[in-house]
Amino acid sequence: MTAIINTGWYDLFSRGARDWLRHNDKVREAVQSHLPDLIAGPDLITGPRERTVQVPVRMLEHARFRLAEGRTQAGAGQGAGKPGDMLQPSQPDPAGMGGGGASGEPGEGGSDGGEVRLLLEFSIDDIMDWVWDELKLPDLKPRGGASIDEVELVREGWDKRGARSRLDRRRTVKEAIKRRAVQLDPVPFTNDDLRFRQLVTRQRPSTSATILFVIDVSASMTQLERKLAKSFFFFALQGIRRKYAKVETRFIAHTTHAWEFSEADFFQVTGIGGTIASTAFRLVLELMRTELAGSQNNVYMFYASDGENFTEDRAAASGSLTELGSMLNYIGYVETLPGVPRALETEMRRMCNELERKGVPIASSTLAAPEDVWRALRKFFSQENQNENAEAMR
Amino acid sequence: MSMHSAGHGHPHCSAASSSEGGASLGDHAGSDATLADYAERIEALAVELGMDFYPVNFDMVPNNFMVEIAVYGLPVRMRHWSFGVRYIHQLVRQHMGHSKIFEVMFPGDPCHAFMLEQNSLAENTLVTAHVLGHADFAKNNQLFVRFIEMAGSHILEQSAARANRLERALSAHGQARVEAVLDAALALETHIDVNQALHRPRFPEFVAPRAPAEAAPFHDRYTRLPGETVEAPPNEAPQRAPVPPQAEYDLLWFIAQYAPDMEDWERDIFLAVREEAYYFHPIYACQIMNEGWASYWHARLLREANFLPHDLYLAAIKSHSDVVRPFATGRQLALSLNPYHLGFSLWEHIIDKFGIEKARQICREEDDFGFIRNYLDRDLADKLELFVYETRKDGETKIATRDIHAIREAILAPKYNYGAPCVSITRVAGDGSLELHHDYLRDGRGLELTQAERVMDYVGRVWRRPVSLHTVDFRGVVRVLPARKPPV
Repeated sequence: MTAIINTGWYDLFSRGARDWLRHNDKVREAVQSHLPDLIAGPDLITGPRERTVQVPVRMLEHARFRLAEGRTQAGAGQGAGKPGDMLQPSQPDPAGMGGGGASGEPGEGGSDGGEVRLLLEFSIDDIMDWVWDELKLPDLKPRGGASIDEVELVREGWDKRGARSRLDRRRTVKEAIKRRAVQLDPVPFTNDDLRFRQLVTRQRPSTSATILFVIDVSASMTQLERKLAKSFFFFALQGIRRKYAKVETRFIAHTTHAWEFSEADFFQVTGIGGTIASTAFRLVLELMRTELAGSQNNVYMFYASDGENFTEDRAAASGSLTELGSMLNYIGYVETLPGVPRALETEMRRMCNELERKGVPIASSTLAAPEDVWRALRKFFSQENQNENAEAMR
Repeated sequence: MSMHSAGHGHPHCSAASSSEGGASLGDHAGSDATLADYAERIEALAVELGMDFYPVNFDMVPNNFMVEIAVYGLPVRMRHWSFGVRYIHQLVRQHMGHSKIFEVMFPGDPCHAFMLEQNSLAENTLVTAHVLGHADFAKNNQLFVRFIEMAGSHILEQSAARANRLERALSAHGQARVEAVLDAALALETHIDVNQALHRPRFPEFVAPRAPAEAAPFHDRYTRLPGETVEAPPNEAPQRAPVPPQAEYDLLWFIAQYAPDMEDWERDIFLAVREEAYYFHPIYACQIMNEGWASYWHARLLREANFLPHDLYLAAIKSHSDVVRPFATGRQLALSLNPYHLGFSLWEHIIDKFGIEKARQICREEDDFGFIRNYLDRDLADKLELFVYETRKDGETKIATRDIHAIREAILAPKYNYGAPCVSITRVAGDGSLELHHDYLRDGRGLELTQAERVMDYVGRVWRRPVSLHTVDFRGVVRVLPARKPPV
């Protein structure tokens, strides 16, 4: 009755692997639901050129009722020795308990013989999908009323007459074949066979955008504040990139003067001295008048500052911002105030609010901690949409 | 961890890699035929020696199949993401060479044994004899007899059928809903009441009306006194019985029976998990005895099988000593005991002292608790150099004592109550909310709170009314979980 059976199909078993994939899906879901915490982490944005980020995650644990760790743990062992013998000296930070003891996490996985950690890779596009989903942000649309539509020539239809350069050979041969098929003594080509492509002009909404990032790098902007600004810029850029086929970026930093920088240098720049914001705005104006004058792009400007500006500069800054407002699609002002929120309005903030009331397409938001980036993004992008809707109503 | 190596494998035999491979006789097909021949003769010998076992089906399986069994406990079992985590751990362990599984055996009528394809002929001969020992144990031990009778004797087919039902639920109700149920059911996997039958009736809905007291002569006369009115008979309307009438430890059963809004397919999953927990229980509760018994018999069968070639016998005995060896070797100490070694030594000790008939009686009547408490005596504990150690939180570990009572309890402590804390359901309130109590006095300390909170979260999702759990924190202060009421 004892049979030894050799069953080849057992090789096909892979239930464990399938459950492992499911586990990884669940990790992804978990990561997704904690996205803002995760992305606000300082290490995420390593380089804006990378299209993926790696996130270390703990494996999911299926919870069970289990007893809390006692002050001592007892067990049965085997070997020589007498009671009181030391088997293992105390360790200052035993690997098995370090995490669990200090932070109160359920880190008892040590019994399984070494924790396996996962490094999940997410593409930034995925993350932005989730962000857009999570924030329920409206899709950006090109400004309808601002007439930044592009005119383009598109091929449409064929004609028997036309410029030689637009001769459609394939069509022409087809026509010739059709004719030859019904004629008794055909000639290879006649003038009637010729087909020329026709062009028409068409209005098309613009699919490219220019974003101007302006940052205040005066002495009062510390590393922390620049980091906040940087993560905001990063996501604003990623968001706008998704909505336009082509995005051009310009980077401007200012203290009492303003300079244009490359992207790589932009976040490294530090300056000394005071703050004259109008210098930067004037530089932007100049750019708009010269380099960007012919462009049909939608132009956005994001300005990050700690809000301080010389009071003497108020009129100049306000004037140039108003002028910019008429040329740009949208201006976003982020104020980086790490730590305790200040009760008083800063110089820049007051000015922006004033301009906003006057109808300039400008909005401001405050960044005190990394998680504020989401709030700010939501505010800017949903507001932009409202502006548009309002315009559409008019 | 309690059950995933529940098969009777030789898990974690790190040293047993049998690298010498000396006993490979002939080609593969030839060795299969030889093995079949040996198996038949070993079986005949076993019957001759008075063993009494269920028939055993042997299968040769590839390594990945063994991994699946190590992960799931059964070859085809319900799927759940938590098995995926175990799967990766198992792969890592195998990769590092910490774990090689020669054999897994599922008791039943007939028993099913799976042998690793890569085993040498000597190893497979050993495994055959070993499995016969298990089969004998499963047929005779009262705990196995009772639970196999309840949970069925065709475990592979039954568990595959349950897995199939789960697949149907998955396609009918979607992954998210099925997973929510399995999260809860598997978290409570070991919370059954092994003193109750697998199939048990629901609690009576009404309290049995109290039988009216016999009219005593004095009372009779008293009521007839002038001026005395006959008191109205007590309300005869049946009284609703409280549910549960007493603390209920079978959480899976209770929730499946009494959850207010559970659907039938959800109850089915709960009961399926519970049924498998019943199947696994005797394997868990008799591990030391069972492994020891199988090791005793494989050693004896091989010794008395004079038809085995000498070099094959030597190779098999080498494998035997790899499996049945103390974790402590030479001057080295070990902070855990090899159940094969402990069980094997204990059975040899018993048979030396009382003879084989007494051993058979012990095999029929005891589980690990009785086995260790009654038969692990001081002589043997000294011979095996057993001790109890204590580890402080900072990692400092000392030998605490060599007292025999302490040793027995230290061996048995992780096995109480199916290895789970004592959690019971004490009340279903009028609004349907469920109250659980952890018996922290019995367990000596409270629950790990973050884990418990998450389990309560699982439970709340299937109970669909508020749930709460009473336990204590590390200071001994009573805590009620969940700390925050979940949004309804």
